[in-house]
Amino acid sequence: MVLSAALFIIGVIGVMTRRNIIVILMSIELMLNAVNINLVAFSNLWQNAAGQVFVIFVICVAAAEAAVGLGIILAFYRNKETVNIDEMSLMRW
Amino acid sequence: MDLIWLIPLLPGLGAAVNGIFGIRYFSKRTAGVLACTTMAIALGVSLTAFVQLLGLSPEARVHDVVLFDWFPRTALEMAGGRIGSLHIPWAFRLDPLSSMMILIVTGIGFLIHVYSIGYMHDEPRGGVARYFAYLNLFCFFMLTLVLGANYLVMFVGWEGVGLCSYLLIGYWYEKKSAADAGKKAFIANRVGDWGFLLGVFLIYFTFGSFDFREVANAAATLPVETAQFGTLSLITLLLFVGATGKSAQIPLYVWLPDAMEGPTPVSALIHAATMVTAGVYMVGRNAVLFTHAPMTMEIVAIVGVLTAVMAASIGLVQTDIKRVLAYSTVSQLGYMFVAMGVGAFAAGAFHLMTHAFFKALLFLCSGAVIHGMAGEQNILKMGGLKKYMPVTYATMMIGTLAIAGIPPFSGFFSKDEILLQAFLKNKFVYGMAAFAALMTAFYMFRLMSLTFFGSYRGAAWETAGHHGADAGHGGHGAWHGPHEAPKSMMFALVVLAVGAVLAGLVGIPTAIGGGNAIEHFLAPSFEPGGAVARADGLAPGVGASHAGAVATGTDAAQGTHAAPAAAPGEAQARLGVAAAAPAHEGAPAGHEGGLSKAFELGLMAFSVLIGIIGIAVAYRFYVRRPEIAARLEQRLAGPHRVLTNKYYVDELYDATVIKGTMASANGLWAFDRRVVDGTVNGSGWMTIFSSWFSGIIDKYVVDGLVNLVGSVLQESSFVFRRLQTGLIQNYALLMLFGVFAFVSIYLLVVRSL
Repeated sequence: MVLSAALFIIGVIGVMTRRNIIVILMSIELMLNAVNINLVAFSNLWQNAAGQVFVIFVICVAAAEAAVGLGIILAFYRNKETVNIDEMSLMRW
Repeated sequence: MDLIWLIPLLPGLGAAVNGIFGIRYFSKRTAGVLACTTMAIALGVSLTAFVQLLGLSPEARVHDVVLFDWFPRTALEMAGGRIGSLHIPWAFRLDPLSSMMILIVTGIGFLIHVYSIGYMHDEPRGGVARYFAYLNLFCFFMLTLVLGANYLVMFVGWEGVGLCSYLLIGYWYEKKSAADAGKKAFIANRVGDWGFLLGVFLIYFTFGSFDFREVANAAATLPVETAQFGTLSLITLLLFVGATGKSAQIPLYVWLPDAMEGPTPVSALIHAATMVTAGVYMVGRNAVLFTHAPMTMEIVAIVGVLTAVMAASIGLVQTDIKRVLAYSTVSQLGYMFVAMGVGAFAAGAFHLMTHAFFKALLFLCSGAVIHGMAGEQNILKMGGLKKYMPVTYATMMIGTLAIAGIPPFSGFFSKDEILLQAFLKNKFVYGMAAFAALMTAFYMFRLMSLTFFGSYRGAAWETAGHHGADAGHGGHGAWHGPHEAPKSMMFALVVLAVGAVLAGLVGIPTAIGGGNAIEHFLAPSFEPGGAVARADGLAPGVGASHAGAVATGTDAAQGTHAAPAAAPGEAQARLGVAAAAPAHEGAPAGHEGGLSKAFELGLMAFSVLIGIIGIAVAYRFYVRRPEIAARLEQRLAGPHRVLTNKYYVDELYDATVIKGTMASANGLWAFDRRVVDGTVNGSGWMTIFSSWFSGIIDKYVVDGLVNLVGSVLQESSFVFRRLQTGLIQNYALLMLFGVFAFVSIYLLVVRSL
């Protein structure tokens, strides 16, 4: 649990502080993996298979989402020529 | 006699017809003939009624004709819980006094109507019809006045003659002086009417009835108020105030000289023969009340004689022919009130009759003179008219001799009777009256001298053949010098002159062998209890209080009389008294209050002497040696000026009463303008102010709140807009914080519960 919490926090910090959008994407993956670990741990603790099943789902979703995310970033990069998240804001303010 | 209601009605109808149709449609002749015809028929009915009245025995000479119930019988709660009843019929009463009056009014009225046809010939057509309508209306009211059987019917006539006087004086209403004179007459009359009405109210309050006979009978039972000023004295004083207004005594005489602005026949009828005598008639009607109030009688006599002297003194220096006659009228009315005041009611009424004749005659003659002089009224511009107008001269001379009291003309008998009675009662009054008689003779003969004698001092005229533009002589072209009046006018003059001569014959006093018929004829009118047996009918000072202790309203046919301490032989049983009546007069006749016959003759001679002296002095001053008059005028310039300015009474009234009334009227108008209108305007202003105030509130407070909400939202939106940074990382951070908050809340709050 401690391990998953630590990984999660690292992931959050990465989402919030890094400017590079690919790094943010990687941080999101990290958070997802941290959650996976947590789930497995609890499944072991309570000898319940539901945890592990849920993990399978999460991995699947994470993969799909990473693919979509990369697709968006590629589209964005073709427009803006940058991966700096600050410059990707259309809102002028 | 039951048709006496026709007597006022006919002129009333004539007035209505002339007034409604005549002004538009009738010719001058039609209007005049119509008016004269109504008067002629009324005269005929009056004569018939009079003859029928004579046919009754003296006690029964009262005939009532009730037309309808004016105020039907209604019950009243009077003071002190006594239940009275108010019942006022419209009733006419024919008795000796009223029969004499209706003869005077219809007779002289008829003559004046005929005269007016000629006099008003030059007036515009509608004006003539209007004139005759007013004149007939006046006769209607006057006849109602004298025939009335109770105070209220009389008051209708009383007010009505005042109204007609105003209408007729102001006949030429476009002339300001005439309109003002009409107003003055009406207002002065009204002041008198106020007193009269208060008197009538007090009569009802005291006696509970308005009927003359009932009031007289009730009053006869009351004691004579010699010592203190009681109710009867107050009543009679108030009634006399009314008489001063109507009959032009001090202090309300000021309207009569100005009333000469009206046409001359109007002056003759209203202000010589009829309206002004209404006051005298009224006092005569209330004779019983007056005899029970000696203090008022004294006031009446004093006021009468003062008026007589004062008016005569003013008449001495007047230069307008009609003004002299006006002041003479005031003076002679004073004489009548002297008679009433000393208790000689019959003598006063007798003088009323003779005065009506000769004063109307004098006025009509002066009208003829004015007509002949093409409108000139100033006697200083006349003179020597004797040869141009002989008939007018002769008739006017008859009138002058009558008024001066020269026998055998009528004025002598009536005036002498008054002087005699005054001598018996009050020597001071007698002295003043004699002085007034002297002045009367003087100024009348002055008038005659300046008008008819001497040399002509008037305007020049064109001889026949020229028709230049002259000072208007009506529609007849240029004035061709003084000339006689047309036949219609002369007819009246001659008839009146005959009357002036003969009228005295009904009152020849017993001292010189006559029967004093008029006094006996009129006496029952001045007694209480209408058809009750007569008591002593001569000077009431001779007899005691009358045997009139008849209960209120009892008919004469029944009822006994509780004869008080009257002289025996006077209280008589019932009818069949006629035989006793002549014998009755036989006794006191030769003993008028203790005077011997010789003394009476002496007094008579003295009055004739006064008249002759007055005439002689006037003759000397104005015919023989006119320079005496001019020199006197210079030497006595101060008094002369005072007299010419009528003792400045009009100016005094103007400064006090008129100015006071105007000032109070102005004050009240200012009050109305400022306070009343100010309040109204103020409330309007308040409305405006409050509406402005609520507008302000609406604009700032209400709208302000609405705007406040808007601006609050706007400001908060400024704040919240900053939330949308557009930076994804900010959003992620906020999401994290949110999750964190929710989990914390869940753990801490929900889980711990």
